[in-house]
Amino acid sequence: MKNVDLIVIGAGPAGMAAALCVYEEGIRNILVLDRAEKPGGILQQCIHNGFGLHKFGEELTGPEYAAKYSEKIISSGIQCLFGTSVLSITKDKLVTAINNKSGMFTIQSKAIILAMGCRERSRGALGIPGSRPAGIYTAGTAQWFVNIKGEMPGKNVVILGSGDIGLIMARRLTLEGAKVQAVCELMPYSGGLNRNIVQCLNDFSIPLKLSHTISKIHGESRVTGVTVSKVDVNLNVIETESEYIPCDTILLSVGLIPENELTKGAGITLDSVTGGAVVNQNRQTETEGVFACGNVLHVHDLVDFVSEEAELAGKAAAEYIKGGKKEAYEKVVLRPGNGVRYTVPQIIEKNADNDEIKLYFRVGGIIENASVVMESEGETAFSKYRRKMVPGEMEYIVIKRDILEKMHGTVIIKVEQGAKK
Amino acid sequence: MIQKELICIVCPIGCLITAEIDEDGTIGKVSGNSCPRGKEYAINELKHPVRTLTSTMIVANRDNAVIPVKTDRAIPKEKLFEIMDIINRSSAAAPIKIGDILIKDVFEGSNVVATGSME
Repeated sequence: MKNVDLIVIGAGPAGMAAALCVYEEGIRNILVLDRAEKPGGILQQCIHNGFGLHKFGEELTGPEYAAKYSEKIISSGIQCLFGTSVLSITKDKLVTAINNKSGMFTIQSKAIILAMGCRERSRGALGIPGSRPAGIYTAGTAQWFVNIKGEMPGKNVVILGSGDIGLIMARRLTLEGAKVQAVCELMPYSGGLNRNIVQCLNDFSIPLKLSHTISKIHGESRVTGVTVSKVDVNLNVIETESEYIPCDTILLSVGLIPENELTKGAGITLDSVTGGAVVNQNRQTETEGVFACGNVLHVHDLVDFVSEEAELAGKAAAEYIKGGKKEAYEKVVLRPGNGVRYTVPQIIEKNADNDEIKLYFRVGGIIENASVVMESEGETAFSKYRRKMVPGEMEYIVIKRDILEKMHGTVIIKVEQGAKK
Repeated sequence: MIQKELICIVCPIGCLITAEIDEDGTIGKVSGNSCPRGKEYAINELKHPVRTLTSTMIVANRDNAVIPVKTDRAIPKEKLFEIMDIINRSSAAAPIKIGDILIKDVFEGSNVVATGSME
């Protein structure tokens, strides 16, 4: 059986950045596996711009951002196997994969970085009544058709969900000559970034219908229209406030789900809210030597933060490969409290070599004039004022070492309304 | 003087920017931006909004292939559809490298360039 130091599963932005980071730390026996035929992951179809401002200080399109890494990967000589699907991984770091050249094979690795990304929530998960005609796509599938295949999915479109991909596709389809009738969002706020509402919807006068959903899909062989209804505070359809919108295409942009079948198969602990693994600040899962980064861990808004996270995982993986098992440190377990949906990391290992820790979290609703509070043993260990926080945008706080020293056991992170700093 | 609020689209932070506009149309104080690009965006947006256009172009010598493209400078918002039309009536020929100019001077010195590569 072949032995390697590191296997990276996925050659999207997370996998590429992680592999390069480990390479730069001096590890050479690296293998990157991806089921696609070339590196870049979903960035290849994200032809719009706005990537890389944080990371590179310039505004790049998706393929340009991917090229920054893929060119380095190729010139470094890191071994990549494309067209290769990983079938299973184990806690002992055995990776079984398959491709049409070698068939099925198993490799023993010292460490594994999980970078499989996420997939889109589809119609089946929503339970929209109506028939099953052609013309219903997830926004990402439509994006693939338009941007990779050069084909339009339809002419007259209604989009359900105001996630970023849906907003981006509203603009893209409009520019290519389609009529986007409306974007319907179940919640009273958008799930996408503000800038995308401005430049993708407002620029083209596409209405955003908040607190609205598609309550019925019409059509036999092809979509002929949808019934769009207002919803009440409990998100139930108000039948009397419904309208029929004729259309031939429906796009769904209703959320992304980290793709963790391999992680689950290995018995690695997952966070029920993020859908990704439970990790420490170095993005190590509860299984030593298995790390996770990018959208497989939690869905990010910005690829720049994916790259940043991948570097954390990469550095830690390189250290693990070099040094093997480390002594056990005091663990602080973070628990989301009032207003906070989740945190990444979920565990902080004290005395690990971090001067400060960036703690990412998402809030459950729009919150204005509030403080993010961390409570340890009944006392406030950290408090930071925020003017506004929205569920669509990932938030973070930076915890310095001296603050961290004050935390023990289980620490609650919550939002306290009205508290000024 | 009136105050106008706009959401910056330069980066995904999406700052809420407030600009003061005098009766004669001069733009006064700009606040709420967290970087200099934001101020520049607000002034442009109030005077004459511009956008970078991204799209795809047909690759004539490859089967069913398109290459991603963008305008290398932001162009006036009202010209977007006109330039889309020019891109859609044009085609590129592989091999194409990222950064290659595919349509020269599509609008006032702005070029359409490839954002991907194809062998």
